[in-house]
Amino acid sequence: MTEKEKLFNSGVLTESRKGAIEPPRDLWETKKNGLVIIECPQRIPCNPCHTSCPTGAVKPFSDINDQPSIDYEKCTGCARCVAVCPGLACVVVDLTWGGDKDALMKLPYEMLPMPEEGATVDCLNRVGEPVSKGKVIKVTEPMHDKTHVVHVEVPKDKVMDIRAIRVVK
Amino acid sequence: MRQTEVMVIGGGPAGLSAAIEAATSGCEVTLVDSDLALGGQLIKQTHKFFGSKDERAGTRGFKIAETLMEELEANKDRVTIHSNCTATGFYAEDGVVSCVHGEDDYFRIKPTRIIMATGAQERLLPFPNNHLPGVYGAGAVQTLMNVYGVVPGKKVLMVGAGNIGLIVSYQLMQAGVQVVGIVEAMDKIGGYWVHAAKVRRMGVPIYLRHTVKEALGDKIVTGAVIQEIDDKFQPTGAEVNIDVDVICMAVGLTPTCELLWQAGCQMAFVPQLCGYVAQRDKHMRTSNDDIWVAGDAAGIEEASSAMVEGRIAGLGVAKSLGKIDSGEYSKRLAEFARRLADLRGGEVGAKICQGIACCTVNEWGV
Amino acid sequence: MNLIEQHPVLDFKHGKLVTFTFDGQEMHGYEGEPIAAALHANGVRVYRETPIRHQTRGFFCAIGKCSSCFMVVDGVPNVRTCVTPLKQGMQVATQKGKGVVSMDVS
Repeated sequence: MTEKEKLFNSGVLTESRKGAIEPPRDLWETKKNGLVIIECPQRIPCNPCHTSCPTGAVKPFSDINDQPSIDYEKCTGCARCVAVCPGLACVVVDLTWGGDKDALMKLPYEMLPMPEEGATVDCLNRVGEPVSKGKVIKVTEPMHDKTHVVHVEVPKDKVMDIRAIRVVK
Repeated sequence: MRQTEVMVIGGGPAGLSAAIEAATSGCEVTLVDSDLALGGQLIKQTHKFFGSKDERAGTRGFKIAETLMEELEANKDRVTIHSNCTATGFYAEDGVVSCVHGEDDYFRIKPTRIIMATGAQERLLPFPNNHLPGVYGAGAVQTLMNVYGVVPGKKVLMVGAGNIGLIVSYQLMQAGVQVVGIVEAMDKIGGYWVHAAKVRRMGVPIYLRHTVKEALGDKIVTGAVIQEIDDKFQPTGAEVNIDVDVICMAVGLTPTCELLWQAGCQMAFVPQLCGYVAQRDKHMRTSNDDIWVAGDAAGIEEASSAMVEGRIAGLGVAKSLGKIDSGEYSKRLAEFARRLADLRGGEVGAKICQGIACCTVNEWGV
Repeated sequence: MNLIEQHPVLDFKHGKLVTFTFDGQEMHGYEGEPIAAALHANGVRVYRETPIRHQTRGFFCAIGKCSSCFMVVDGVPNVRTCVTPLKQGMQVATQKGKGVVSMDVS
C-alpha cells in the first residue's frame, strides 16, 4: 500500500478524487463571496448538502448514496451547506477577498473555545499541523444549532491545505 | 399477573419507533427499558445524523430522541412506560416476561405480542489488565460525558476506528478531553471517511494496523502499550508505551439476544450483522408468531435503520392484532421498505444487505 | 467534582445536589443520576474487587449488562451502580469479593 493510500485510509485526502474536487479556476478566481468545496469521497446515504442549498448549486441526488455534484455557477458562497453537513465536509473559499495574498475561508466549527472576531487563530492542515495563522473576520451560526461557521482570512496559497482552525490561548 | 397487548422491550430508537407505530395504529403498549432515561444510545449522540429528511438528516441524535419521546408522549393514553426496568427472562411455556424495576421490584407480565428492541452490547478485546478501571466501553464514555456531564478522563486511547470510535473521539474533544490516538487493527478505518477526516484535521493520529497490547496500571489505568500488527493480527512492530488514563474500547457491538434465545426463536450466526440474530421475515417477525425484532438486536447497523425497522415491527404487530387493514399495511410497509433500501444503498449498506439475506425468510409458514 | 463546565453543543441539566457516603466519606452527587456517574465525578474509579485475585473493577458498559460496576449500596451487594439512581443519604461501599446477602428468614 502506498503512503497516499494509507493516508486516505485514515481519513486524509491527498489529491482530488470523485466527490472531492476543486472548483473550476477561472470562475473561482472571480466569484465574489466564494465557492464551496465539498470533500466527500465516499458513497454514504446522506443528502443535506442538497436539501439545504437555497440556489440548487448542490444538484439533486438520484440516489441518496451518490456523492454531491455541484453547479458552481449557481453557488453563492452562502455556506449553509457548511453549517448543515453532518460530516463537516464542506468549506467555502473566497479567492476574491483581500488582494493577491489573502483569501477568505468559511469553515465549520463545533468546539470550545469559540474564536472571537479579530483574533488570530492557527490554521491546520488535514493532519492537524498548523500551516499558517489566520485572522477571524466573523463567526456566524446559520442554522442556530450550535454549528458555527468561522470566516477566517488565510494566505491564498494555503486554501487547499487548511481544513481546520485552532483557537490560540 | 399484568397483561398488555404489545410489549416493547427496549426504549432506544427502534423500541421508541415501534411503540409509536403500534400505539398510533391503535394498540395498547407497555415499553420497558433498563436505563434511567429512554432513548437508548441516541440521547448521547451530539453529531448530526446522515440519511435523508425522512430519517431527520442534519438533526443531532439527541434531538431526534427528543422528537421520538414527544411523539410517544402524544400517545400516552395508550402507552405505559417503565424505565429503570429490566426484562430479565422470557418463559416460553406460558409466554410470560419477568421484569425487575430497579434492583428488587419484581413483576411478571403476559403480553399478546412482543417487540424485542434490546439493542446491543460492547465487545472487549482480551489483553493483560483489561479489567482495570479506565478500560471503558465507548458507549459508556459517551454516557458519562454526554448524558451526565462528567469528565471521563484526561487522556484517552481510542481502540477501534469504526463509526463509534471516530464519533466518540470527536465527542471527547468537544468535552475538552485529549485523544492521544486511535488504533485500528485493519488497514483502513471502518467508519465513515468524513468522521475520520474531522478528527485527523484536529491532530488526532489514526494508527492503522495497530492494536492495544496491554493496559498499564496497578489499581487503575495509567498507560497503554500499543503495537503494530500484520494482516493476521500478529505483532510486527515495537511496543510503544503511551500515557493515558482511559482506554476506550470501540471494537464492535454484538446484538443482545438472550430473550430471543429463551423464546426458542430460530437464530443464525451472521458475521455481517455482528453475531447471532433472530431469523426474521420481511415484516421483522421471528419464528415465534408473537415476537418481532427491530434495531441493533436484529443486526448491528445504525439508528436511522433502527427507527425504520421499529416502525415496520410496530406496524406488523398492529396488523396481526387486526388494528389496521391489509391495504393500509401494504402501503405503509412498502414505504418503510423503500426507506430502508435507500439507507442501505451505499457501500456500507451492501455488507448489511448481505447479512440480512442470510437470516431473512420469505414468509413463515402461515 | 470533575464535571464538564462548558460544552459546545450540550446543556447539562442536573437535578438536585445531594450528599451520600462512599466508604464512609461524604460526597456530593446529583439525585437521580447513576451512582457510578457520581462516583466518577468525585474521582472514584475502583468500585469493587474480585473474589479470588482481588483485581479492581469499575465502570465498563454503563447499561447494566456487564457486572463490572457492582457495589454494596445501603448494605445490599451486587447493585448495578451504572443504572441505579443516586438518592440523598445513600451509603455506597466498595464491594470486596462476592458481597454478603443478608437473608431475612422470618
